[in-house]
Amino acid sequence: MDVLGRYRNLIVLVGVLFAQVLGLAVQVKRTNDSEPTRLIRIWAVDTVTPLERTLVWVQISTRNVWHNYFYLRGVRAENRSLKAQIERMSLEQVRMSQDADQARRLQALLAFKEQFISQTMAAQVIGSSGSELSRSVYIDKGERDGIKPDMAVITADGIVGKVLRVYGSTSLVLLIDDQTSGVGALLDKTRLQGILRGTPAGEVVLEKVMSDETVPAGEMVLTSGGDGIFPKGLLVGRVTKVAPGSELFLNIRVRPAADLSRLEEVLVVTKIDERQAEPDQTGAARAIDILAERLPTVPSKPENALKTDAPGAAAPGVATPGVATPGVAKPGVAKPPTTGSEVKPKAVTPEASAGSGAPAARKTASSASSSGTGSGTSSGTGPTATGTPAAKVPPKPVKVPVEPKPQPAAEDSPH
Amino acid sequence: MVITYTSGEQVEVYRFSIPATVLIPLTAVFLQAFLPLRFHFFSIFDLPLLVTIGFATARRSPLAGLLTGSFIGILQDALTHHPIGLYGISKTVVGFGASSLGIKLDVEHAGARFLLTIFFYVVHEVVYFLIARGLVGLRMEWSWPHEFLSGAANAVLGILVFMLLDRVKQRT
Repeated sequence: MDVLGRYRNLIVLVGVLFAQVLGLAVQVKRTNDSEPTRLIRIWAVDTVTPLERTLVWVQISTRNVWHNYFYLRGVRAENRSLKAQIERMSLEQVRMSQDADQARRLQALLAFKEQFISQTMAAQVIGSSGSELSRSVYIDKGERDGIKPDMAVITADGIVGKVLRVYGSTSLVLLIDDQTSGVGALLDKTRLQGILRGTPAGEVVLEKVMSDETVPAGEMVLTSGGDGIFPKGLLVGRVTKVAPGSELFLNIRVRPAADLSRLEEVLVVTKIDERQAEPDQTGAARAIDILAERLPTVPSKPENALKTDAPGAAAPGVATPGVATPGVAKPGVAKPPTTGSEVKPKAVTPEASAGSGAPAARKTASSASSSGTGSGTSSGTGPTATGTPAAKVPPKPVKVPVEPKPQPAAEDSPH
Repeated sequence: MVITYTSGEQVEVYRFSIPATVLIPLTAVFLQAFLPLRFHFFSIFDLPLLVTIGFATARRSPLAGLLTGSFIGILQDALTHHPIGLYGISKTVVGFGASSLGIKLDVEHAGARFLLTIFFYVVHEVVYFLIARGLVGLRMEWSWPHEFLSGAANAVLGILVFMLLDRVKQRT
């Protein structure tokens, strides 16, 4: 009895440590995704997160009042700048939509299924795990908002992580720089696939890329879609350093595009649709149009011919579908093609469809799938490499007055 | 800097009110989860550990120290995605050690507190490293310079935390 009293503290210490080690061992053995969340976690999260949520709300409200009502310096200049940007982007959008249409047609030809982010939910980051070794954050949306485990979390800049645990009104998001995370990724230009992992130091590395491959620094890293969580083509980051790694693989360091240390608002991808691309018209005719576009075309009409065109005609070489007048089938006017009759004969050659056309189509479709994934959501589109398809296709010939792009007027035309 | 050996009768034992006992650890865990989002450099600090050491050295009761450490550590674990017990075990050891040492040493002076905090920070990290790597199988990296620098940073903050705790502790 005396011994027990004398070593009471030590005995309690050993008892408490033993209980915790035992509990730890049980957790390690039983860890799986289907295991329900432990009550102690729910208590802890329910204790801490309401205060975090309140503080974040106060912080945002104060900031909004300040920025929206008092601190308006430079707003006019910013407004002017944004208007100019909108004009630039409108022009860019015309080109992009044409590329997107083209990509969709090619995808349809290949029976290519693509994933679209069809629904997202904005969430506020309210807290972190508080540990350098557990790189995760809490968001203010939970089960009651329809959040489920394994949903992808992104920002306009790039991917952030995935939902790991869901509580009533909050969720725990595992960041991509945590050592237990893994994301299927591929390199944009070389199309090499690997697994993106975090390191204990908080860095992000791309693993499982063979050491005999050449990976340039600065190359973009995109999601490959292979993990079943992130749709294909979302921007992950850029390669910063490539070094020989252990065994046969390269050690590729990646700088995440999203600033994971300063997260404030994120988007939770709540719905991803997988569907096959549907062409606007029959596939064969569209393929012809595409191939025809890549082949040498008829030279431009003389300038005097253009002068005789109707008002509203665009200048030669300038593709302006917005100003084109449907139904006016005069050459020299940038307008939708009626049937593509001028270009059809050139395209329907077996050599063209079996030879140069198919690889080009395959390559573009692959690239386009990268950009197509985020098309369902404006923010989701941000991380995608929208410029890639344009870079991959061979240079277009000089624009001719006939614009072989799908337009509403062209859809009704017979083929 | 004064580090003196004192007998059990010479040292003063303090207690904390129930609200302080509950709210201070909760606040520490809350701040540890909240501040790194706004101030990234704050992730180098371990505020719950400093509170554990502060409580343990003031109470000078190994039993209270280990239970406080265990409670704070498990609370901290619950917010991470790792198994519960990693911080729990580490802080239990620190709570027991700090209170045991608090009986032997006079830890009322800033210098003593500074050294004590560095020492227990390293102990905490060593225990955490061993458990995380050996039992849970996490990939861990160990760097003595990093640990000592982090320990020094925590010790500086610890002096401030202990001064705040001095204000709420009550003489028994």
